Amino acid sequence: MHRTKLIDHIILLFGVFFMIGPVFVAFMTSTHTAIDVHINGLQVSWGGDFVATYKELLTRKGGFTGEVTGARMVMNSFILGVGFAVGKIVLSMLAAYGLVYFRSRFSTLFFWMIFTTLLLPLEVRILPSYDVMTKLGLINTYTGLIVPLLASATGTFFFRQFFKSVPDELLEAARIDGAGPFKFFIDILVPLSKTMIAAIFIIMFVYGWNQYLWPMIMTNDESFYTLVRGIKQILLVWVGSQIPEYNQAFALAVLAMLPPVLMVVIFQSWFIKGLTESDK
Amino acid sequence: MKRVQFNSALLPYLFVLPQMAIIVIFFYWPSAQAIRSSFFLEDPFGFGETFVGFDNYVDALTSSYYLQVARFTVIFTIIVTFLSLTLGLLLASKADDVIRGSSSYKTLLISVYAIAPPVAGLLGMMFFDQHIGPFVKMASWFGWDMKVGINYFDTTFAMITVAVWKQIPYNFIFFLSGLQSIPVSVREAAAIDNRSRLGRFWTVTLPLLAPTAFFLLIINMTYSLFDTFGIIDVIVKDKAANNPITLVYKVYMDGFRGNDIGGSAAQSVILMIIVLALTFFQFRFIERRVHYN
Repeated sequence: MHRTKLIDHIILLFGVFFMIGPVFVAFMTSTHTAIDVHINGLQVSWGGDFVATYKELLTRKGGFTGEVTGARMVMNSFILGVGFAVGKIVLSMLAAYGLVYFRSRFSTLFFWMIFTTLLLPLEVRILPSYDVMTKLGLINTYTGLIVPLLASATGTFFFRQFFKSVPDELLEAARIDGAGPFKFFIDILVPLSKTMIAAIFIIMFVYGWNQYLWPMIMTNDESFYTLVRGIKQILLVWVGSQIPEYNQAFALAVLAMLPPVLMVVIFQSWFIKGLTESDK
Repeated sequence: MKRVQFNSALLPYLFVLPQMAIIVIFFYWPSAQAIRSSFFLEDPFGFGETFVGFDNYVDALTSSYYLQVARFTVIFTIIVTFLSLTLGLLLASKADDVIRGSSSYKTLLISVYAIAPPVAGLLGMMFFDQHIGPFVKMASWFGWDMKVGINYFDTTFAMITVAVWKQIPYNFIFFLSGLQSIPVSVREAAAIDNRSRLGRFWTVTLPLLAPTAFFLLIINMTYSLFDTFGIIDVIVKDKAANNPITLVYKVYMDGFRGNDIGGSAAQSVILMIIVLALTFFQFRFIERRVHYN
């Protein structure tokens, strides 16, 4: 029995090494100078150049990113992540409320229209979506960056499931107390959904922060670049320069993964709750 | 539906309206346009279009390059799905077994979930870099001269490694929660019946995990088809020539780089049909599952 447990730990440690190793090496390498990396390869020790590398990445204009600073990209990523998460929660809570708590002739039609959006990812209609955005004049705007990503119903279904599990007695009691639809929604349903909202927020923030294809197509003005989008710029310079700025490339990768990873690690239980309940 | 509801003629529409508006403008309109332009040959400079019927579809499906990309997509999808499912399951079952340190293992393994595919691709690119990449050095110990981005097989290898690495945490989470929902009484009964751990795993645990595994199978297939776009784009660096790409990447290349709007749209519609088939399959299955519970 004792021996099998040891094997379990060895497998797990190996798994952790394989999963986390690259992230650790990326961080350590980003604290060395580009020349150091060029000569000695990837690093697993502290290089002491942490402040210099990150300061330059965050504040320098130009270089591989052209006109945008790293700090600006951090801000854009946060706008996209938070904007998407908040938009998703507001839209889908309202829609789910309308679908679950009201009797209306078209609710089945609406349900199916919303359901269909789950079937097709943005990637397959990327060109016509871009076309629509051009017609609406939304290229290089935060609205254009965020709103089209909201056109999928994952959140609506999650809240719909949740509202359906709320006991009917609650609404009956509220109505006896004289609460109207708005009062019931804001005073009872929203507070009741707090943990669900938190779980969805984390998942959606990570999803928004990690977007790549849509921002790549929607934004050619560099002041709208997000961190993940900025990777494309790094690669363009990668081939051309004499000694690639390895340290800055790794630093950008670290910056781009830090907020979502921290979010998932810190709010692990909510995250898992949201993930296992929304997808199944 | 609920037994108790509000009665209002206007309010339900008011609540559903924002969501519907966005869906119609940003989902139905572009989707309809994709289907429409798949039947047209459009001038890349915007001077008119000609109706060509199913020509775009015929062109796509008979082109040897398209078929080569489709073949790669299928192989890529199968390998990525298989490896990330089995490795995810292996780690989950070990994490479920150990008591000491299980929450640290869990946290460490889950954290990679939050990394964006293109960021994973960038890390992969640097680890497979000709000059500084440790994987290239390791491969050379075995006499393998790895040239990612130039050699077709080596690039495929790098793409698959990165894609699997990125997807393991997702499967890990679902398998672990599936394993932990198996009742203790079932585990104890199984332990009495079957002394070997592996035997128990095959005869008791795996069948109980089947619904989770099936759900994950579909999710992983969609992941390999679509979400790997970022990984591929970073590794291929816009140079599709002689590099392996997937069908989604070809839609993007033909549409945005090649200005072949009709052809790209036809490929989109083919992909839509594939996804619809997959989802239909999943939906049927999930509906059946509801009866189990």
